[in-house]
Amino acid sequence: MTVFSVIAIILILLGLFFFFAGTVGILRLPDFYSRLHAAGKCDSLAATLMIFGIAIYNLQPFTFGALLVSIKLLLVALFVFIASPTATHAITEAALVLGVKPWKRTEKKKP
Amino acid sequence: MMHSFFLATGIALVVLMALSLLRAVIGPTILDRILGGNVIGTKTTVLLLLIGLLYDDLGMFVDIAIAYALLNFIATLGATKFFLRRLGVFLEGQEQEKNP
Repeated sequence: MTVFSVIAIILILLGLFFFFAGTVGILRLPDFYSRLHAAGKCDSLAATLMIFGIAIYNLQPFTFGALLVSIKLLLVALFVFIASPTATHAITEAALVLGVKPWKRTEKKKP
Repeated sequence: MMHSFFLATGIALVVLMALSLLRAVIGPTILDRILGGNVIGTKTTVLLLLIGLLYDDLGMFVDIAIAYALLNFIATLGATKFFLRRLGVFLEGQEQEKNP
């Protein structure tokens, strides 16, 4: 158990926690916009953390090939970090144009 | 030991993907379904890298993960733009809220 393995385990567990939080938010929040909020933020952060963890674990026998694969992994992380908020923004714009009503507490009347 | 850890992480990711698929199935509007698909695709990108670690062949699976991330992004944008142009197809859940 080297230092790289410990750092990788910590990063991957953090990413798994944020994936879990995002899934709970998707399943339980009452509104489309709040579900989008949970999904977008938690997914981009969790995917970036887990890819960082995998890239650090991959460096363990430190060769040139492993370094190249780790640089590619960082490029995947950069792409996810740019593309996931862009997709979230596009879905939000579609919801605004189509007229999805946000959830309000005052509309909830129990007859 | 690290092998078992990566295997357990992959299984947990598959369980979370199944829960996200539940939102994609029962989601009231079409945009909820698109959101569920996007979330499943992001989890799949990470799951492909974990599978690459399990097979000790990460250099091949990185390229598959890049391709899958690109496809997921383009598919989400395409589905969003497609449903932006046809206004009549969507909002089943809101009409159900308005009727009673």
